[in-house]
Amino acid sequence: MFPTPIEKVSPTARTAYHAGVWVSLLLWLLPLGAMFLTSFRSLADISMGNFWGIPSEWMIIENYSGVFQTTPMGRFLLNSLMITVPTVAGALAISSLAAYALAKYNFRLNIVLFAMFIGGNFIPFQILMIPVRNLTIDLGLYDTIIGLVLFHVAFQAGFCTLFLRNFIKALPNSLIEAARCDGAGEFRIFFVLILPLIRPALAALAVLIFTFVWNDYFWALVLVQSDSVRPVTAGLEALKGQWLASWQMIAAGAIIAAIPPVSMFFLMQKHFIAGLTMGATKG
Amino acid sequence: MRDFWENHQLKIVPWMLLTPALIMFSIYVIYPIIQSLSLSFFEWDGLADEKTYIGFGNYLELFDDDVFWTSLKNNLIWVIFYLFSPPIGLAIALFLNQKGLGMRLVKSLFFFPFVISQIVVGLMFTWFYDPSFGLLNTVLQGIGLIEEPIAALSSERGVTYAIVFAGLWPQIAYCMILYLTGLNGISKGQIEAASLDGCSGWRMLWHVILPQLRPATFIAIVVTVIGSLRSFDLIAIMTAGGPYNSSSVLAFFMYEQSITNYRMGYGAAIATILFLIMSVYIAYFLTRMLQQERIR
Repeated sequence: MFPTPIEKVSPTARTAYHAGVWVSLLLWLLPLGAMFLTSFRSLADISMGNFWGIPSEWMIIENYSGVFQTTPMGRFLLNSLMITVPTVAGALAISSLAAYALAKYNFRLNIVLFAMFIGGNFIPFQILMIPVRNLTIDLGLYDTIIGLVLFHVAFQAGFCTLFLRNFIKALPNSLIEAARCDGAGEFRIFFVLILPLIRPALAALAVLIFTFVWNDYFWALVLVQSDSVRPVTAGLEALKGQWLASWQMIAAGAIIAAIPPVSMFFLMQKHFIAGLTMGATKG
Repeated sequence: MRDFWENHQLKIVPWMLLTPALIMFSIYVIYPIIQSLSLSFFEWDGLADEKTYIGFGNYLELFDDDVFWTSLKNNLIWVIFYLFSPPIGLAIALFLNQKGLGMRLVKSLFFFPFVISQIVVGLMFTWFYDPSFGLLNTVLQGIGLIEEPIAALSSERGVTYAIVFAGLWPQIAYCMILYLTGLNGISKGQIEAASLDGCSGWRMLWHVILPQLRPATFIAIVVTVIGSLRSFDLIAIMTAGGPYNSSSVLAFFMYEQSITNYRMGYGAAIATILFLIMSVYIAYFLTRMLQQERIR
């Protein structure tokens, strides 16, 4: 292990190290802590300039329930969920099929298609914006959840295919050949043999795509406009204009918006990091 | 019929498997790229049936547009300062790469900023920079460094740096997690062998550790450059490009021209330039990936 494991140094140095770690963590998360503290305050505190002291009144329940009562935050959260969940399911479905084809079949164009899926991941959204917006309008799907879902499914399919293709490629060919010898059809092999084997990869992707799509702001801005369809990111932006200097409300709203991806991350941490750091180690 | 299927199964099945993904990807990614490239040679307000062909007119106009040059310059600032996140991420990863006493929790909490939406990050930092309420001014005035509060987000000179600083927070967290994973995968044997040879500290880091972290460094740099060129959310939420377009970048400039000013052809030309810049990195990444593919 590098650097030297901390168990091997003197007890004093060890204590100093741990103190250092927690102090730097505190500094690192200072903006977040400030946001939390602010979301507990009253407007009076904020206009009097009490930002760092103990709140003079604890307004936790008032502020957080106020967000739901005075704004469509509940609706925004529901919209985000209705956009995110079908996207995850759709993207995983079409890309696991495509990934299997690219990983285990030899045909011309294989590498070309693979390169296309990889390249598609990195393009700037702006090059897609006008045509995708026009297409969505022409299909009558502008300002609908399904319009957003279709785009997200298509775009996320690139990353999912890249990820799953590498995962399936690492599975031994002999497994598939043995199944073929036993007379199993190609689709049966995929559904009965491959699909159960790639479950960890699917889990990793599910959390990642959930977070990416939940946090999307650009496409929500371009493809929807009414409160009844807006996800929480675009909703928060609209509320910022409405709340002006009511920072306690903005802070509470922001924290509510952050809870789903954050809890997803803590629940599925191992999968999340495995997905995000794919390729960071050799082999 | 059955015989045909038996004989050609291995040729047909991959295309059947690929069909749904290819259809979706072509409709929503490949074809729109081509449409945008061609739209950049037209003038169109997005409403009229007719598009007017104007050749390189949009591009010529861009080169005379001050906002274009400001945006391009800001994109460069984003890339340069974002590239600090791999080394800082590495430093934090080395600092945190220990076991025991809640270190797992510490690592996840350090990673936290990457999980939350950039909109939330943007709101946090808007408040952080606020001249009358913000933490930045409270601290700077508290330690006597400044007398008058500074309004970082309304200063034409400082605004881009202030937004980039906010963006570094999640980006450093991302690089850190890449390096923590990389450090996990380093062979213990090599470290032991090197330390038997009397190698330690900085020399060990430089000659033994960093070469083994090369895959992590490669990915960290790619995602950092792409992330910096994609920057949009933070600018939209923190300044909307202001004051006077001084914090605009190509991605935001494009959005503003097309959606706010109804200049779709002009917007497409801006998008094309951004796309061409990013293509360089995409091509680099693709060649690397495909080379590794061949080595395997």
